Amino acid sequence: TLRLICTTTAVQRKNVGASGPEKYTEAFIKKQIEEFNLGKRHLANMMGEDPETFTQEDIDRAIAYLFPSGLFDKQARPMMKHPTEVFPAQRKIQWGEDGRPFHFLFYTGKQSYYSLMHETYEKFLNVQKHQDQLIAQDLPLQKEKRNLAGSRWLTKIELEEMLLEKLSDDDYSRFIQLLQKLVALPCADIEENYIQKFSKEVPVQLQKVVIEPLQYDEQGVAFSTGEGKRKSARATAVVYDNGTGKITVNGTDILHYFPVLQDREQLLFPFQFLGRIGKHDMVCTVSGGGRSAQAGAIRLASAKALRSFVTEKEVEFMRQAGLLTVDPRVKERKKPGQEGPRRKFTWKKR
Amino acid sequence: DDKLLTEPLSHPDFFSVKELFTLKDLFDARVHLGHKKGCRHRFMEPYIFGCRLDQDIIDLDQTMQHLQLALNFTAHVAYRGGIILFVSRRRQFCHLVESTARACGEYAHTRYWQGGLLTNAHIQFGPGVRLPDLLVFLSTLNNVFEPHVAIRDAAKMNIPTVGVVDTNCNPCLITYPIPGNDDSPAAVELYCKLFRMTIIRAKDKRRQSEAIEELR
Repeated sequence: TLRLICTTTAVQRKNVGASGPEKYTEAFIKKQIEEFNLGKRHLANMMGEDPETFTQEDIDRAIAYLFPSGLFDKQARPMMKHPTEVFPAQRKIQWGEDGRPFHFLFYTGKQSYYSLMHETYEKFLNVQKHQDQLIAQDLPLQKEKRNLAGSRWLTKIELEEMLLEKLSDDDYSRFIQLLQKLVALPCADIEENYIQKFSKEVPVQLQKVVIEPLQYDEQGVAFSTGEGKRKSARATAVVYDNGTGKITVNGTDILHYFPVLQDREQLLFPFQFLGRIGKHDMVCTVSGGGRSAQAGAIRLASAKALRSFVTEKEVEFMRQAGLLTVDPRVKERKKPGQEGPRRKFTWKKR
Repeated sequence: DDKLLTEPLSHPDFFSVKELFTLKDLFDARVHLGHKKGCRHRFMEPYIFGCRLDQDIIDLDQTMQHLQLALNFTAHVAYRGGIILFVSRRRQFCHLVESTARACGEYAHTRYWQGGLLTNAHIQFGPGVRLPDLLVFLSTLNNVFEPHVAIRDAAKMNIPTVGVVDTNCNPCLITYPIPGNDDSPAAVELYCKLFRMTIIRAKDKRRQSEAIEELR
């Protein structure tokens, strides 16, 4: 301990916040677990239930019954949980009774990170030694390429959780560089187990949009369905083959449903793009939104339905033309202090 | 218990440290090679034997004496169960130093030295930390060729230091300097081997003495 020599009262006051969050000894946590188990049995006896088969849900229900609380915050109400959930998983005190720390890199400050670097470097040296031995015996070095495309390294946050220690970005990048150097060696297969602890599988994100095959109704006519939306309008369209170009919306013809030319043009756009104006019939249902929104929704639905009739190249052309993309534009909200979403109040000089 | 602690102090070389190394060993490990004349530090001049083709040669007789004193001191510290911290900022030997420390059961610090490690320990580590009782420097300079911060901090905290000082180092604040080469892998491996053997010897002796005391 430090001897106090000529200090002021300000220095003698204990700096409460400086020591960081309170650290718990292992004995303390063990005692808490024993107390928790005892309390669980007492609670089961109180509620008249079997102490052996008293689960965490039973505990929660019992506590909610015995200590009713009207507080809004769930975490402010009385709760009885296992100590491992209550006390955060952090480092217990790192040294024994005689004061000697347990870990040989304790005095560096970041013991788990530096011990990780030490171990990884040791594996690196092992692989190099093995490589040298193979070269000395004139044996060929293994050239099986690791599949780098399907895996990624752990993120900084995941590594922090693994080590229970804060890392800086620089530390993390150094560790990843060391791992990459290790993997780059030809004989890295020896330490495959160790490397796998730090790599994760990345699910193949290319979810190819499945184009549904054509369905056939009773007369043998091919048809396919599609769904579309625009603003708050939702539409479903059924496109039939061998048609005359008739389009029915909610039971009525498009001339009656959409009096405005612009909406009808929107409906016909996918067919005009593919050059199949007179070849398909369409029956659609639409609800919600306004006049223009419903037209946009039906356009998207019909384009999606037409994908089944058409080659992949033409599907790509449709996608590039923007026929298959959902229009994300919706009404922007009004902000306080302004008259509309963008319009500000009139500025008066005085 | 008192007898255990006072008995080794009566002998000049209780742990027979002189047998661990000879002058030929030091020479073969190239401990006598220093840096060039231009890099010479003023306070290292007493330890330098001479200069050959602009390269300084360290006097191995003095090195022998200093090494014997230093090893004896580390052995006594290890015998009394003290915490020994190996410090070196050379990237080449970082792994070697850490493995040596692990083999002895002592501690190592071959990474970036955070400012308040020794002087602000109670806040960095928590209340009730025990600071190292001996600092062993395998290389006194850090990566920018300046004296390591730990030398000054150990002097502030009254912690004795043992350090290998090369011809461009400042041996002032080190309690047991060992003039010698700190750049060649052979020299550093020799130092690691010597420290490891002394510490293990001292700890074994302690365990034997305790066992003998308990038998009585």
